[in-house]
Amino acid sequence: MVDEETIRVVRCGGSELNFRRAVFSADSKYIFCVSGDFVKVYSTVTEECVHILHGHRNLVTGIQLNPNNHLQLYSCSLDGTIKLWDYIDGILIKTFIVGCKLHALFTVAQAEDSVFAIVNKEKPDIFQLVSVKLPKSSSQEVEAKELSFVLDYINQSPKCIAFGNEGVYVAAVREFYLSVYFFKKKTTSRFTLSSSRNKKHAKNNFTCVACHPTEDCIASGHMDGKIRLWRNFYDDKKYTYTCLHWHHDMVMDLAFSVTGTSLLSGGCESVLVEWRDATEKNKEFLPRLGATIEHISVSPAGDLFCTSHSDNKIIIIHRNLEASAVIQGLVKDRSIFTGLMIDPRTKALVLNGKPGHLQFYSLQSDKQLYNLDIIQQEYINDYGLIQIELTKAAFGCFGNWLATVEQRQEKETELELQMKLWMYNKKTQGFILNTKINMPHEDCITALCFCNAEKSEQPTLVTASKDGYFKVWILTDDSDIYKKAVGWTCDFVGSYHKYQATNCCFSEDGSLLAVSFEEIVTIWDSVTWELKCTFCQRAGKIRHLCFGRLTCSKYLLGATENGILCCWNLLSCALEWNAKLNVRVMEPDPNSENIAAISQSSVGSDLFVFKPSEPRPLYIQKGISREEVQWGVFVPRDVPESFTSEAYQWLNRSQFYFLTKSQVTAPLKKGSHFLLAEESLPTTPFYFILGKHRQHQDEKLNETLENELVQLPLTENIPAVSELLHTPAHVLPSAAFLCSMFVNSLLLSKETKSAKEIPEDVDMEEEKESEDSDEENDFIEKVQDTNNTGLGEDIIHQLSKSEEKELRKFRKIDYSWIAAL
Amino acid sequence: MGEFKVHRVRFFNYVPSGIRCVAYNNQSNRLAVSRTDGTVEVYNLSANYFQEKFFPGHESRATEALCWAEGQRLFSAGLNGEIMEYDLQALNIKYAVDAFGGPIWSMAASPSGSQLLVGCEDGSVKLFQITPDKIQFERNFDRQKSRILSLSWHPSGTHIAAGSIDYISVFDVKSGSAVHKMIVDRQYMGVSKRKCIVWGVAFLSDGTVISVDSAGKVQFWDSATGTLVKSHLIANADVQSIAVAEQEDSFVVGTAEGTVFHFQLVPVTSNSSEKQWVRTKPFQHHTHDVRTVAHSPTALISGGTDTHLVIRPLMEKVEVKNYDAALRKITFPHRRLISCSKKRQLLLFQFAHHLELWRLGSTVATGKNGDTLPLSKNADHLLHLKTKGPENIICSCISPCGSWIAYSTVSRFFLYRLNYEHDNISLKRVSKMPPFLRSALQILFSEDSTKLFVASNQGALHIVQLSGGSFKHLHAFQPQSGTVEAMCLLAVSSDGNWLAASGTSAGVHVYNVKQLK
Repeated sequence: MVDEETIRVVRCGGSELNFRRAVFSADSKYIFCVSGDFVKVYSTVTEECVHILHGHRNLVTGIQLNPNNHLQLYSCSLDGTIKLWDYIDGILIKTFIVGCKLHALFTVAQAEDSVFAIVNKEKPDIFQLVSVKLPKSSSQEVEAKELSFVLDYINQSPKCIAFGNEGVYVAAVREFYLSVYFFKKKTTSRFTLSSSRNKKHAKNNFTCVACHPTEDCIASGHMDGKIRLWRNFYDDKKYTYTCLHWHHDMVMDLAFSVTGTSLLSGGCESVLVEWRDATEKNKEFLPRLGATIEHISVSPAGDLFCTSHSDNKIIIIHRNLEASAVIQGLVKDRSIFTGLMIDPRTKALVLNGKPGHLQFYSLQSDKQLYNLDIIQQEYINDYGLIQIELTKAAFGCFGNWLATVEQRQEKETELELQMKLWMYNKKTQGFILNTKINMPHEDCITALCFCNAEKSEQPTLVTASKDGYFKVWILTDDSDIYKKAVGWTCDFVGSYHKYQATNCCFSEDGSLLAVSFEEIVTIWDSVTWELKCTFCQRAGKIRHLCFGRLTCSKYLLGATENGILCCWNLLSCALEWNAKLNVRVMEPDPNSENIAAISQSSVGSDLFVFKPSEPRPLYIQKGISREEVQWGVFVPRDVPESFTSEAYQWLNRSQFYFLTKSQVTAPLKKGSHFLLAEESLPTTPFYFILGKHRQHQDEKLNETLENELVQLPLTENIPAVSELLHTPAHVLPSAAFLCSMFVNSLLLSKETKSAKEIPEDVDMEEEKESEDSDEENDFIEKVQDTNNTGLGEDIIHQLSKSEEKELRKFRKIDYSWIAAL
Repeated sequence: MGEFKVHRVRFFNYVPSGIRCVAYNNQSNRLAVSRTDGTVEVYNLSANYFQEKFFPGHESRATEALCWAEGQRLFSAGLNGEIMEYDLQALNIKYAVDAFGGPIWSMAASPSGSQLLVGCEDGSVKLFQITPDKIQFERNFDRQKSRILSLSWHPSGTHIAAGSIDYISVFDVKSGSAVHKMIVDRQYMGVSKRKCIVWGVAFLSDGTVISVDSAGKVQFWDSATGTLVKSHLIANADVQSIAVAEQEDSFVVGTAEGTVFHFQLVPVTSNSSEKQWVRTKPFQHHTHDVRTVAHSPTALISGGTDTHLVIRPLMEKVEVKNYDAALRKITFPHRRLISCSKKRQLLLFQFAHHLELWRLGSTVATGKNGDTLPLSKNADHLLHLKTKGPENIICSCISPCGSWIAYSTVSRFFLYRLNYEHDNISLKRVSKMPPFLRSALQILFSEDSTKLFVASNQGALHIVQLSGGSFKHLHAFQPQSGTVEAMCLLAVSSDGNWLAASGTSAGVHVYNVKQLK
């Protein structure tokens, strides 16, 4: 039973669809692909995700159809289990516990009761191919410990293993050799290619392997783009091979068609090549697939192919080489410069996508909505070429305007900079280029923001640049005799002592503009563009800057590179508070006063949620991720949630998403996970029960947050207790009445659902009431301590003091609770 | 080490002629190569690929086909319509027989080696019986419409396949009638070419006919039914040649793109007996058309317009990796084409139809080891001597004193006397050559330029005394015990007392010049 009131980080989407080869169902109606800890079942016709098979506790590393029952699917995971699924209903049938990390899975129809898997047992780099005997048992969970070793010292990637000719042999490639193991003879033949350092053979490395379905023919792909077809490999001496060479770079994957008459190959050229009859002259192409082909798979029925691409998409292709469907996930093979944004219209997440594109990604459906081509130039895929990068983007005026900045810097002094402003067109439901500004600044643009005040009559954009200036751009009438038009022009250029402008931010009402110049924050009047005041803390360059919202709009927050978070009061023009916190990401919630900050420490990233008015965080979650969090964003909820607990109220109206950079299994390839902080979802590796870690974290906090003004939050994981504590005593009912309720709430209750039924207005009011005095804080702390030491009866005695100070409000709740009981 | 001046001779514009056909003889491990100028060379593959024999070319003879027959007999046929047999001992042409069918495009010896088949321009296929000393016309096969470009015998000798333009015919040898006519597709990459020339056919013992054609295809036909079994498109240009291994487990084709493709017969699966032909490795050793290929048990041999003869060993057939297992590319002529006169710094270059005499440049500068010295006087082209008649020059020589030049063609021997008057040179032909000096295989002057040694094609070695403007025949060493063995290599000791000669049978004879023994 999962405690409802805990916040956990859930890897929610954007996981790689292209991690492994996709698998077709026997009738080609469905396609399966691994996606993080899940297996996704898509329809090949509608491209819709039909089922998500969840149950694995770690990355799913391989899926295969059950050769004995084509309505079942095997999947293996790093959590050491092989699971058997009924994919049509999305039901887990069986779990086989193997016990060691499984890196890939293979099934062979002839080996009836066993499957093959790649494991690494002893050393971390040495992988073995083993045969796992799956015992026949009726129980749900079966231990499958009977492993028999097949091949040692193999490549980790499943692309480097192929079973051929009805499971008679298995071919494995690694570096410069191909080994073929014959199951009947129990012999291994090994063929080595020349690996000398000279130019001709320098890139002879094997990259992938595939076996002909009916003939004894092994196709291997190589680093230099060659495909070799090996035959006669029973004999160490008489073996022979043919070369097919079209690819100019590494062959990423190979697949034979079901009948074996054609061979499919793909690589970074983004062209699917079909070699018919394995002859060099007889080949067909499907070009312009958009990104590097990572995997190719063929449906068992033979009517469909599919290619997985490096930009996280799967293209389903007909036998006649016509692309029929595209399943597009979050594109993330490149670094994200723009950060995470929310399109106010579609509520889609917007970030860098394909090279030169901005992608609109739906978080709800884990699907890309569309791509906006910003740079509008042909992308040339060449190593070492300096590309035009889309560096900044911002939405303004409720999604009516989009500003983008692209830059290309070949040398220190040669900067190409371009700013584009896009207008939303209601007719076409898309963005149309309105203004293109060449070299808006002399140096890189560091920040970009729109004035999003509701009352502002004129759209305003501010850009801050390293050249020491910030520029204000406004929309003006650009009509001529031919047509009515609008365009953007520069309205004001501001600077401060030639310092580099690093950040800019408009206040919520648009009346003030804050621009940070290295260590100094300047406040400008947005009407007259006068410098109002400056703040200087001499605490390092300002990294993040944001105004408070709603009730906290008089506060301005700045995070510096030296790890100080400052809050200035704009009315008094003085520092309200500061805290030592190395803030990496600071994001205001558009629907509340709350601000989320993610700090980076050596052990991981921590999340702090606070209101600018108070130096005391509302919520702390330690170690949300081991890796550095790159970007975060609040996403407004369509339907507000109602969390009774104060600590989670910040999630009522918005969800917080963040993006980390993580080292994916392939070295030198950077990928990222998409993470979401939300509650009550099935257990994941990011599962933290707050209560369990409370004590431990408090200790840590005391160490790290020494000399701080920030006080620690003292939250309870039991709503009833916190309600008791936060309710004025004079409105509380009698102690006898509360006692049984309180004890009930301390038990692991089954009626957790009842908490949800608490009306939302209660929470709102409580929120106001929860602003306690310092005295009360101390008191609560005491309670907390005793609470932790032993949840005994004496607590109730202490509580009885406050009972008298109960609000009438609480009675309302009482009745609902009683009803639930 | 002494000090030497090295001349860089960059003015010998020798142009070798392209290779037209190669024929490999398995029994003697010898390779016959014919070039476009009609030259035929015989290489001994077991003796470090040495060019053993050489038959000079003739302008009117363009060899189109070359084959070995029973008993190490070498035949060639060409566009002059004649079939020739070469005398491998005496190094001359034994006889030439006109086939009376116009230019001959193809020739094939029967598997037994007793019959010879030629394909002619007029579409006829003629069968010749090989008798011990001649060939005898036996009969004509059914005449076809167009020229027969390729011929192949079935290993049993009962059928033949003949490649023509646009079709392949299969003949029954007994009746001489065409059994099947297999039409070759003219289409080439979707475009209809004018004609599809079947450049080569190979008949396998299981009845499969492999054809290569100008559309770049290698096609497998079933000769029993006359149907196409499989087609490999391997080149954008013509596939010009094919050769099958004796075991019929691999064959090689050469294309006009300079690529040689190897095809192998491999089992489809390990436990089935079904086998298929698979194109395995391409070799790109040529820059131009590969006109001809041959398949020895251990190597693929190819030759073409770029004049290189490439011998590519098959690694899987080689037991030990040694020097013989390396790739061989024979590009340099094996014969002596340059002779020099030390005294006068002259070089004599031998071309197919003319001789050139050059004086080396000289310098007055001195320099350190490895320095490039500036020339004070450039190399001079002194003489250009053209031969009369269509025959190629066999050999030539200039005397060390520089006053004598001798050369020989197949039918005539020439000796010239050179007179130097400052920069002018006058040339005087020495007439009245004795009748025995009609043709020479090798010519050599003694060190003091007083004696001329001539190896004639009759096997005799003649010594001629040269004095002033006249010459005198001194002696003739006759070959021992009546054998007709041509001497093709000569060497003389520096004191002029000893003469060594080597012949086609690989023996070395040493003669004493003083005692004439």
